[in-house]
Amino acid sequence: MAQLGAVSQSTPRHSRVRLTQRLQHWLPKLALAPTGVMALVGIYGFMIWTGILSFTGSTFLPSYEFVGFDQYARLLGNDRWLTACTNLAIFGGLFITLCLVIGCFLAVLLDQRIRNEGVIRTIYLYPLALSMIVTGAVWQWILNPSLGLEKLMHDWGWTSFQFDWLTDPEMVIYTIVIAAVWQASGFVMALFLAGLRGIDPAIINAARVDGAGMPRIYLRIVLPAMRPVFFSSVMVLAHIAIKSFDLVTAMTAGGPGYASDLPALFMYSFTFTRGQMGLGAASSILMLGMLLAILVPYLYSELRGQRNG
Amino acid sequence: MASYARKSLTPSRVLIYAILLLACLAYLIPVFIMLITSFKTTGDIRTGNLISMPEAWSLDAWIKAWSSACTGVQCEGVSGYFWNSIQMAVPAVLISTGLGAINGYVLSKWRFRGSDIFFSLLLFGCFLPFQVILLPMAATLGKLGLANTTTGLVLVHVVYGVAFTTLFFRNFYVGVPDALIKAARLDGAGFVTIFVRILMPMSTPIFMVCVIWQFTQIWNDFLFGVVYASGDSQPITVGLNNLVNTSTGVKEYNVDMAAAMIAALPTLVVYIVAGKYFIRGLTSGAVKG
Repeated sequence: MAQLGAVSQSTPRHSRVRLTQRLQHWLPKLALAPTGVMALVGIYGFMIWTGILSFTGSTFLPSYEFVGFDQYARLLGNDRWLTACTNLAIFGGLFITLCLVIGCFLAVLLDQRIRNEGVIRTIYLYPLALSMIVTGAVWQWILNPSLGLEKLMHDWGWTSFQFDWLTDPEMVIYTIVIAAVWQASGFVMALFLAGLRGIDPAIINAARVDGAGMPRIYLRIVLPAMRPVFFSSVMVLAHIAIKSFDLVTAMTAGGPGYASDLPALFMYSFTFTRGQMGLGAASSILMLGMLLAILVPYLYSELRGQRNG
Repeated sequence: MASYARKSLTPSRVLIYAILLLACLAYLIPVFIMLITSFKTTGDIRTGNLISMPEAWSLDAWIKAWSSACTGVQCEGVSGYFWNSIQMAVPAVLISTGLGAINGYVLSKWRFRGSDIFFSLLLFGCFLPFQVILLPMAATLGKLGLANTTTGLVLVHVVYGVAFTTLFFRNFYVGVPDALIKAARLDGAGFVTIFVRILMPMSTPIFMVCVIWQFTQIWNDFLFGVVYASGDSQPITVGLNNLVNTSTGVKEYNVDMAAAMIAALPTLVVYIVAGKYFIRGLTSGAVKG
C-alpha cells in the first residue's frame, strides 16, 4: 500500500527496471545474432546460391541464364569427373578402411598397460598437427621415383627395386592413400583408445572368469561395444576424404594428366582456372550430395540411439 | 579397462611392444627425413640417400627457404607468407574463439524457443564441404572490397570456424550445473555478469582446446588461402605449395624440406607444448556432436 502511495516517485525506477529486464531478455539472442547472420548467409545462403549457379550457363562470370540440368548432364558425361569420382571411391574406401584397421589395432595394443603410453600416443597423433601441404611435400620427396625410397633400396643393395607409383597413372592414387593414412590413422587410434577407456572393466573381468582369452574378449565383447566410435570415425574420415584437396594438390596436382584427380580438385580447377563456373557449381553440389548421403543416415542412427538409450 | 593385466614380460607382451615401437618409427620417419634433408647440401642429396645423415650440417637450405627461394615468379623465400599466416591466424583464432564462447554460453544457459534448432543448423557448418560455398563467398568478398586481403581471410575463417568453437564451448558449459546460474540470477547477476564472473574463470581448459584446434585448422588451411588470397596476402601453406611445385629450375629438395619445416613448426610447437589439451579436445569435444 505504501508503494501505491509512492507511485509518482517510483515510476522512473520502474521503467528502468523494465528496460533492463527487457534487455536481459533480448541480450542472449542479441549475442547470438552475429553468428546467426554468418551461418544464415555463409552456410545456407551460399549453398542455395551455388545451387542456383549450377543451373546456369555461368562461365568466367556468374550469369543467371538458366539452362536446366545441362551442367549436371555435362558433368556426368565428363571423363575427368568420372575419373575423379572413381578415384574418390578408391581413395576414400582404402583410406577409411586402413585408418580404421590400423587405428583400432594400435589402440587395442596401447590399451595393454603400456609403459610411456603418453609418449607413444603423442607420436602416433602428431602428424595430425601438420598441414596436408607439408605432408604432401614430405611424401612427394620420399616417394620420388629416382631419388627417394628407390635410391635408398638401391644403396642397401636391392638394385632391382622399383617404386614409381607417383608417376604411374594406374598407381598414383595409392600413393595419396599412403600419405593420408600416415596423417590420420593416429587420430582414429586416439578415438578408439578413448572409447576403450570408457568400457566397464567389470564386463571384461566377468568374461575372464568365464575363461575367455584376450583376443576372444576383444573380438566378441569389446569391439562390438565400440560401434559408436566406429561410426564417428567413419563419419570424420569420409568427411576428410570428400574434402581432400590440399594433399593431392601438394603431392601430384592431380597428375600425371588427371590420373589422381579428386572431385574437390576438379571443382577448383573448373571453377577458378578454366572458367566453367556452372560446371564447377554443379560438381560442388554433387559433393554436398555425397556428404549428405553419409551424414544423414549417421545422424539418423545417432538420434535413434539417443531415444532408445 | 586394462586394469586386470599383469605387468610380467611374457612373449606376447614383447610382441606388443615390438609392434608399438615399429609403428612409432613409421610415424616418426617422414619428419625425420624432412629434418635431415633440410640440413643437407644439394650435392649431399645426390650422393646420399633418404635416411643418410648430412655429410656436413648446413643451414643454407633454411636460409634460402626463408629469404630467397623462388615461389613461382617471385624469389623472396617463404618469410612473407609466414608473416601473412601469423597476421591471419591470430585475429581469426581470437575472434572465432570469443564468439564461440558467447554462443556456447547462450546455447547452454539461456536457452529459448528455437535455440536447439539454431544449434543444429549451426553445427552443419562443421560438416560442410567448403567447395559448396567457395563461389558465393568469393563474390561476396569482392563486393565487400575484401578480396585478396588478409582481413577477408580472417572473416572467412571466423565464419567457418565458429561452428566448431560453439560446439566446444556449448559441450563444456552444459556440464556446468544450472543451479549455479540460477543462484547467481537470484542474487541479481545478469547475462554479462554471470558470464564474466562465473563462467569465464572456469573456462581455461576449453579455451585452450579451442585455441589449439582453431590455430591448427587456420594455420594449416590451404583451400581458402589459395582461393581468396593473392600475392602479398597468401598464407604459408600456399607459399610452400608454390615453392614445392614450382616448375622452373632444378628441384632442391633440401630447400623444399626446410620450407616445409618452417610451415610445420608453429603447429608442431603448439602440439608438443599443449598436446595434452589437444588430445582431450579431439576425443571429447570434436566428436560428441
